[in-house]
Amino acid sequence: MILQIGTYLLVEKFILISIVLAISLLVAMYSTYAERKVAAVIQDRRGPNRAGPFGILQPLADGAKLFFKEEIIPSHSTRFLFILGPSLAMLTACMTGAVIPWGDSLHLGGHVVPLQVADVNIGILFIFGVVSLGVYGIMIGAWASNNKFSLLGGIRAASQIISYELAMGLSLIALLMLTGSLSLNDIVRQQHGFWKNGYFTWNFFRQPIGFLIFLVCAFAECNRTPFDLAECENELVNGYHTEYSSMKLGFYLFAEYVNMFISSAVMATLFFGGFNFPFMDHLGLSANWITILGVVALFVKTGFFIFLFMWVRWTIPRFRYDQLMKLGWKMLIPLALLNMVVTGGAALFFNH
Amino acid sequence: MQALTDRAVPVDRRPLNFWEKMYLPGIFRGMAITLKHIFRKKATINYPEEKRAFSPVFRGLQILNRDEEGRERCTACGLCAVACPAEAITMEAAERKPGEEHLYREEKYAAKYEINMLRCIFCGFCEEACPKDAIYLTETFAPSSFEREHFIYGKEDLLIPLPGEETKNPQA
Repeated sequence: MILQIGTYLLVEKFILISIVLAISLLVAMYSTYAERKVAAVIQDRRGPNRAGPFGILQPLADGAKLFFKEEIIPSHSTRFLFILGPSLAMLTACMTGAVIPWGDSLHLGGHVVPLQVADVNIGILFIFGVVSLGVYGIMIGAWASNNKFSLLGGIRAASQIISYELAMGLSLIALLMLTGSLSLNDIVRQQHGFWKNGYFTWNFFRQPIGFLIFLVCAFAECNRTPFDLAECENELVNGYHTEYSSMKLGFYLFAEYVNMFISSAVMATLFFGGFNFPFMDHLGLSANWITILGVVALFVKTGFFIFLFMWVRWTIPRFRYDQLMKLGWKMLIPLALLNMVVTGGAALFFNH
Repeated sequence: MQALTDRAVPVDRRPLNFWEKMYLPGIFRGMAITLKHIFRKKATINYPEEKRAFSPVFRGLQILNRDEEGRERCTACGLCAVACPAEAITMEAAERKPGEEHLYREEKYAAKYEINMLRCIFCGFCEEACPKDAIYLTETFAPSSFEREHFIYGKEDLLIPLPGEETKNPQA
């Protein structure tokens, strides 16, 4: 069977994929700069301000530095897997952006261009699947390094992500009970506007506890402080990327920032209305303008969550390993289950 | 065991209560503190553009002084070198020839006068030891350099320039 895909659609999707990839990489690049800047202002310092005006060329300098570093592959490592690790981490980090609806549809000369690469009806499951693949990058790299600290870091990352994925999934089930759809596009469209029928339309106001659990789990999934036990310097040298150097190390670090961007975008999409913004129907602008403003709104929300990630990182210390496991299994999962039951009950009660 | 100071605070090892176990109140408190710090005045001074004011007693780079007629005051007595705890000062004396009276104040002068700025600890003992008011500590410091040799300051670096005369080393 020949798939009936028009050339036009192919070109459109190709351009969209390139733009999404470029934007995720650009945002990740500037997240490294933002991270250093946020760390600096929180610690009463100034941060990078020498490379270009306000130091905005700093990410380029960092990248160039990483490229020119010596590429070391330890002689006792498994060469193929050692290279596969960071590649996989980067690949999975970049794949998730495909199902996120970055904006409403644009109307360009009779064509309707949806600003979403793939509107799959199981968008959330896709994100879950790809994000859990991400840990393979860490595990493979850690195992291939043939170093005890790397291995310990990899094991920590794996067990942590398994533990927190459960709570994350459970918190989303409660949300899915309300939306009745796994498609991210549907979920965003249900949150149209800001205020309807005497209540907020955004899912955050229906599922605050679900959001909280999702947020905590997102921190754990991205291996960010306070859950960055996989790369905990004072115990494991540098965790899973101890043996890595040059751009392979850069890919690991970069994948973390891409992940952070994507999970911020997912949080904005699921709980904070995605590309919807208040008064979007009352501005009297054309549909294309509303779409463009919607994209801006999504990026503002995403930016806020990225800032939140950094703000938390530079505020609280790392959890101890037993505290991490206790929090995951004994607090978040029961809380998520309870939230699920209460949501189900409330949904039944209000529908009948 | 006897306490060493009266400021010792025993560590609170009570198990966390329910409120503390939720972590979130503590985290929010911490985040409020860090948020406050974002709007604080920065402690950093943008060094080359902006310089910190030195205290009035700051002891910096040495200079060799001249008298009112522009003659070198130093007589190479060596008291500064003796006083120097870091042994940073070396000098060679020479006798003033007839016709050099406008250059040197006394009959004896320092033909060579060197301070190793990597050894100098800027204690100011040379300034105190000098009977001729010839050496003073200024309010600048030795500029950085990639070469060790650049830190051995000779007379041409140390001597205060005559009015209208350019120094060889502009930083000295």
